[in-house]
Amino acid sequence: MIERKDVEYVALLARLELSEEEAERFTRQLGQVLEHAERIKSLDTSDVEPTSHAIPLKNVMRADEVRPGLSQEEALSGAPHSEGGYFVVPKII
Amino acid sequence: MSEYEAVIGLEIHAELKTLSKMFCCCDASFGGEPNSRTCPVCLGLPGVLPVLNRRAVELATRLALALQCEIAPHSIFHRKNYFYPDMPKNFQISQYDLPLGVGGHLDLEMEEAAVRVGITRVHLEEDTGKTVHVGESGRIHGSEYSLEDFNRAGVPLLEIVTEPDIRTPGHARAFLQELKSIMEHLEISDCKMEEGSLRCDANISLRKRGGTQFGVKAEVKNMNSFRALYRALDYEIKRQNEVLSQGGEVVQETRHWDADANVTTPLRTKEYAFDYRYFPEPDLVPLELERSFIDEVRAGLPELPAERRRRFREDYGLPEHDAALLTSSKAMGDFFESAVEAGADPKAASNWMMGELSAHLNAQSMEIGEVLVAPAQLAEMIALVDGGVISGKIAKAVFEEMLESGRDPGDIVREKGITQISDEEELARLIEEAIRENPASVEDYRKGKEKALGFLVGQVMRKTKGRANPQVVNDLLRKSLES
Repeated sequence: MIERKDVEYVALLARLELSEEEAERFTRQLGQVLEHAERIKSLDTSDVEPTSHAIPLKNVMRADEVRPGLSQEEALSGAPHSEGGYFVVPKII
Repeated sequence: MSEYEAVIGLEIHAELKTLSKMFCCCDASFGGEPNSRTCPVCLGLPGVLPVLNRRAVELATRLALALQCEIAPHSIFHRKNYFYPDMPKNFQISQYDLPLGVGGHLDLEMEEAAVRVGITRVHLEEDTGKTVHVGESGRIHGSEYSLEDFNRAGVPLLEIVTEPDIRTPGHARAFLQELKSIMEHLEISDCKMEEGSLRCDANISLRKRGGTQFGVKAEVKNMNSFRALYRALDYEIKRQNEVLSQGGEVVQETRHWDADANVTTPLRTKEYAFDYRYFPEPDLVPLELERSFIDEVRAGLPELPAERRRRFREDYGLPEHDAALLTSSKAMGDFFESAVEAGADPKAASNWMMGELSAHLNAQSMEIGEVLVAPAQLAEMIALVDGGVISGKIAKAVFEEMLESGRDPGDIVREKGITQISDEEELARLIEEAIRENPASVEDYRKGKEKALGFLVGQVMRKTKGRANPQVVNDLLRKSLES
């Protein structure tokens, strides 16, 4: 069963800030989702191949060729801040 | 001898020499204006689809096979999730529980014994962008803000993880050197540690000698040269030894090698635990390499350093030490073989390369690829010595000049008039002079003092400014004194 501290941990990893009320609500709702998953897990799947992909494709590759991408201006056009061609990011630690 | 022994495992990252990035068509070469080699895929813009670079798979397979790995019949990519601005997607595409190659090994021919280092895995992933911390220190701590360049983000990266089979810093260095040489011979990576295309981290712990239980390990990062790897591990062994002998406990942590201060320091990270929440990358399909593809790559593997070493010993009659040094990088071996092909005596070429040439490279912090002397010019110079045109001593000066200017040895010798005087008439005249000027020595020699002859030879050599063949002078002198 999921506990409130698990929800807080996942929120921390995802950089989400949760209010008291949200933490309570998500604990309850995620609990219900997991309960449902438990029910599915009770089915016998020993004869079923695990699926890592929904589409039956493999070895999709491309040739090693360079094609033009974005210019520096285009690359930086969505950035809130840039400096000398770099993306500016807030201090990390 | 300490009661503890070190247990070391290495994790090596090498950028693959492809033209384009791992999952998009951006230029993957080093350099360029910041953020001039990006596209929506490597910038992690919404709605894009990564597609795997076939060449990167081929190059990775080459190394996996060269390291005797099993190629996985089924291999997939995962997303490694973390928040750090060097990856705009907030995840790195990597391989997790199903890597491309597993279970290989690399044998090191150490002087004391052969050492086998197990290869746990070889997998493909993408490189991250480059972060510049702005602020006084230039390090992450205390910086005001950081700058990101995503030109390297998405460049194909190979990760090689060893078993904890390494016991000494010297073996760790030898392993990295051999692996680098292998990757150079396979032509899969530039392996330039100073440009970051080859990087090495180490896990290191100590245990009671002869024990089987592993101790608590530290992970050491930021070792940017072979020397740094050696010294960082050497330092860690001493540090952990001290902690343990005083009854303390080693803390499991990541430590940063500071090459200026010669110490490792704990890397402060945020308080949360690293939890990458790996899950299969839904935008990429599984990789199931066909037997025919693997066989083709295997058939195309070139001669590797170990084989080349053996050939240098057997075909060229080189001692083990020479063969090892000349195969420590592909470029070194290629230079040697070109010189021999141009007619140089193998041992003479090897001596010049291990002596003067290596000294020059070290002094100038140069790679052999940057040296101005061509292999054929070295061969030509050796021929001048063998033909008696210049003495060995003068050859050193000529070679120095060649290293500085890249000019042909023949031109240098002609211009400076430093060919050996082999004209016997000219020599006879100088010998006459020497005899006239040193009657006492002549007298001594005639009384049977052999040493006096040496003095007279020296006098003649001085008159020729070292340009005579001492053996010839010796013979001529003896003849005139005894006539």
